[in-house]
Amino acid sequence: MTLPSDTPEGLTTADGRPLKASLEHAVRRHRLRALMLVLPLVAFLIVAFILPIGSMLWRSIDNPEVSQGLPLTSRAIADWDGQELPGEPVYAALYKDLETGYADRSIGRVASRLNYQYSGMRSTLMGSARKLGRLEGPPWKAAMISLDRDWGEHDLWRMIQREARPWTLSYYLSAIDMQYAPNGDIVEKPGYLQLHVKLFVRTLWMSMLITALCLVLAYPVAYLLATLPAGKGNLLMILVLLPFWTSLLVRTTTWIAILQQQGVLNDILVSLHVIGNDERLQMIYNKTGTIVAMTHILLPFMILPLYSVMKTIPVGYMRAARSLGAGPVTAFRRVYFPQTVAGIGAGSILVFILSIGYYITPALVGGESGRFITNLIAYHMQTSLNWGLAAAIASILLFVVIICYLVYNRLIGVDKVKLG
Amino acid sequence: MQATVEPHASPDQEPTASDHSRSSSFVRFINVQKSYDGETLVVKDFNLDIQKGEFVTLLGPSGSGKTTCLMMMAGFETPTHGRILLKDQPITDLPPHKRGIGMVFQNYALFPHMTVAENLAFPLDVRRTGKAETKEKVQKALDMVRLGEFGDRRPGQLSGGQQQRVALARALVFEPELVLMDEPLGALDKNLREEMQFEIKRIHDRLGVTMIYVTHDQSEALTMSDRIAVFSDGVVQQLASPRDLYERPENAFVAGFIGENNRLAGEVLSIDGDVCRVRIDSGEEIEAMAVAVTQPGERTTLSIRPERIALGAGAGSLDNVFEATVDEVIYLGDHLRAHVSAFGGQQFSIKTPNNEDVGTLRPGQTLSIGWSRQNCRALDGQTPTH
Repeated sequence: MTLPSDTPEGLTTADGRPLKASLEHAVRRHRLRALMLVLPLVAFLIVAFILPIGSMLWRSIDNPEVSQGLPLTSRAIADWDGQELPGEPVYAALYKDLETGYADRSIGRVASRLNYQYSGMRSTLMGSARKLGRLEGPPWKAAMISLDRDWGEHDLWRMIQREARPWTLSYYLSAIDMQYAPNGDIVEKPGYLQLHVKLFVRTLWMSMLITALCLVLAYPVAYLLATLPAGKGNLLMILVLLPFWTSLLVRTTTWIAILQQQGVLNDILVSLHVIGNDERLQMIYNKTGTIVAMTHILLPFMILPLYSVMKTIPVGYMRAARSLGAGPVTAFRRVYFPQTVAGIGAGSILVFILSIGYYITPALVGGESGRFITNLIAYHMQTSLNWGLAAAIASILLFVVIICYLVYNRLIGVDKVKLG
Repeated sequence: MQATVEPHASPDQEPTASDHSRSSSFVRFINVQKSYDGETLVVKDFNLDIQKGEFVTLLGPSGSGKTTCLMMMAGFETPTHGRILLKDQPITDLPPHKRGIGMVFQNYALFPHMTVAENLAFPLDVRRTGKAETKEKVQKALDMVRLGEFGDRRPGQLSGGQQQRVALARALVFEPELVLMDEPLGALDKNLREEMQFEIKRIHDRLGVTMIYVTHDQSEALTMSDRIAVFSDGVVQQLASPRDLYERPENAFVAGFIGENNRLAGEVLSIDGDVCRVRIDSGEEIEAMAVAVTQPGERTTLSIRPERIALGAGAGSLDNVFEATVDEVIYLGDHLRAHVSAFGGQQFSIKTPNNEDVGTLRPGQTLSIGWSRQNCRALDGQTPTH
């Protein structure tokens, strides 16, 4: 008869194996099977979510052009003290790099990269590379300066030294409308180039406004949903969910039909003589358009968390408050409302986070004044092809979202977010 | 003497609509009707007078309309017809928060986002009571339900029984003259329920506050109430003290709903004052009290409590004695329950104290059973639905 026995090594099973190992063995198969089931999802998440985000974060600081395009120069200038012009070895390295770069045509990338930071760099680099053949030999320092006087500029070398490092903060500086001054200090960009901060601020405050509007509109609807008898409640729920089943583009373009100057709403206002035919309101392709359309589209994300919280508040609380002498308003304010705070928090965080990252709707109906920072990311991705800057802006957006999430988690708790 | 009281003769019976002269009642329901859908009446012609300081229970199966009556009193439902008077003032149009009625809910309804003390202070706050006075009253109320140390806890941190006591204290802390309770002990286990019944009764006696209590638990109703209104199908079947209700049920529903009874269906042969003779369907004749029968030829249901049936030698001298066969004997410690059949198959349940005489009862044994006519009540002939 073998029972689990108490050996100095701990409990063992009937056949003498240590109990822990035996348990581990018995549980491992279940664990493996469970792991197999989630494996496709894990793989999908890694490929479609974690890798792109990692790549984006990397790209926002990655700076390979100069260190790869001018490898010898980059190495030679790394320990330049920045006081006098660099010495002969640096110019010699530059000569070699330009020679190689011109031969294999890789110099163009370096030229446009450096041109972001120092205007005129493109022609300096390209021109020098083209004219290298005219040089007769060392000393290269004087020779290079004779090719292009910019090579004798102190600030230019400082910039090359800075950009020769494999990573850079310049995209982030650019994303918040700052830049390196020629002498290396961080300064604001000139006013006419400042664009990002304004758009960040606009994105944030319009998202807050949209969140607030959603809350005001969703609260009564959620209350109705939670208190109506099942039949009517289901009908209302379908109406709430209907937008979910309609294409985002359809919903957005519908607002164009409604709000444009020759649109339904203006027609009604004109026919009611509220406004004259020549003073039709501009309600789309501006902030109003973005706010109206996005409030409509994001409304379900506010209603559902509110509803799921309100559903759990029994009617008895309000009745108890009334029976204890509180009028309807007091009962609502002191008993019902505090219990819905979790839902308000959940809905607000959802709507706010979705809203600051919204792209299609502001792009379609926002016009110039209703654009979001996301539209600028798209611009840098597609038009200016400055992916590093796009990545930096997107990363800042990601940090904002993470901060919102952490604040919310601290205040209310993420486990309170429910959609139904 | 028990059997000589006329039904409908007690002084505090339901008043009729014309009965407005008597206005000393604290609470009056006058011809109250309630319908939710316009097709069926949930409450049909409800009349009730409650004296100040009384403990009245509305007892009935679920769906009988008792909670609806309570909700109309509290102001959460509007009567479809009829009037409700509180201290002779009609309150039908008064919103709930102006009625000044304390209420204890089935699920306690303690506000989860407030501490126990804040819950108790709530009714005082909304009445703009001063800070010091509020504090004192809250502490007094907590001490009354023996939870003096629990003011800083959240309701979620208390046990069911403690929550119930807090709910009770909250309903009483603003000193209402009337307190309504909607199945307040329904969620508690049996021991706690009995303890709380005692506690509520003690507080009722001490404060002299009028209480209307709704329950479907008959033993709870019998334990606590001064009077009980038994509801069925939106109608009060009987309104009486617990003792009268058990010993002198006026109809078959009440007899069946309160406690156990043995029922025999039959036809009235003759009525002589309080006493009548009934021929039951198997042919035997039984003497009974004429409670709800008025003339010979009527159908009737005879009701006999299991503990009022004597067995064996004890049965000999009683008004009604019959032969019966023992089917089953169940030993319950302090008493025995015997299932016997008589009248060719009619089942009887008999409860008898555990003494030496009955120790020998065996299934299959034949013996006499008997009961006096006082303990056999001829009620309406309807087949009870309970």
